[in-house]
Amino acid sequence: MGLTAQSTGINAFLEELKQSSVKADAVIALAGNPNTGKSTVFNGLTGLNQHTGNWPGKTVILAKGNYQHQRKNITLVDLPGTYSLLANSADEQVARDFICFGNPDAVVVVADATCLERNLNLSLQVMEITPRTILCVNLIDEARRKKMEIDLAKLEAILGIPVVPAVAREKVGLKQLKDVIDKVAFGKKWPQPKSMEYSETIEAALAEIQREVDHLLQGKFNSRWVALRLLDGDNSIITEIFHYLQRLEIKKQEYYQEKVKVVECCE
Amino acid sequence: MIVEFKLTNLPIGEKAEVVSVLAQGVARNRLLDLGLVPKTIIEAVRKSPLGDPVAYKIRGAVIALRAEESSQIRVRSLN
Repeated sequence: MGLTAQSTGINAFLEELKQSSVKADAVIALAGNPNTGKSTVFNGLTGLNQHTGNWPGKTVILAKGNYQHQRKNITLVDLPGTYSLLANSADEQVARDFICFGNPDAVVVVADATCLERNLNLSLQVMEITPRTILCVNLIDEARRKKMEIDLAKLEAILGIPVVPAVAREKVGLKQLKDVIDKVAFGKKWPQPKSMEYSETIEAALAEIQREVDHLLQGKFNSRWVALRLLDGDNSIITEIFHYLQRLEIKKQEYYQEKVKVVECCE
Repeated sequence: MIVEFKLTNLPIGEKAEVVSVLAQGVARNRLLDLGLVPKTIIEAVRKSPLGDPVAYKIRGAVIALRAEESSQIRVRSLN
């Protein structure tokens, strides 16, 4: 059998995720700009217990690893480092597709404390898709060396999501990060991310199409975010959503066909 | 008087403020994602041996831009 749409892309990875030997109680995605120490956080949390997997049709590698916390199995997925989720490249598309269609129980955005400002763009984009976002401010020690002090409490208040400081290289802050992941992933804590408000013109256009979009998506996606992408003229996300809904439909039909077969056998 | 010019013409070692990004589509998204939004302060750090690309300091990171991209960015002098 050749490569079909089902055997490649994000779907292949999601299938693999489902068939893992260890049953995951929660799936957590790790996102972040390139060179923020994302993989160090990943290795720190999983104890280097990772095995990387790539799939045909994409040159990008997603690493997957597990750790146990309070007797729960947590699967961690290391997304490619990106500046954005607006899918200007294959890397960004993989990261975006996983956050949108992989249904992670939480997304941890790893940011570089020494240039926090430029990392917040990605954080805001993730927050726009899912409220279950955690910001891990890594490389705090380097920031301190550069005489930068980060007001974490204020950052948390402004963003409305949990903010965890860390020095992943020295395993500082990882315990706290695990605790926060546990709270957010299992619904013990609901972040209230600051909602981005756009200019009047955009908000008016959004109001006009959002209800329609909401109706079409039947609550499967964040309608505001999808409406924004529609206004962007981003066709790739629309195609992906269409494929995703199609796959859901196929699965539903397969389920019913299976049921019909069972009934026929009984007769 | 405020002088507006292309980022390509910013001398090495000098700073300017972004006025607008003229690029469209994917290229525009890319530049905005790199932090090149209006009012961002940008500094030309150094030239590559052949003069293109040029390294710029943007919001705490050094990023290389080709003349093709930097000519699409309008900046103005700070003083």
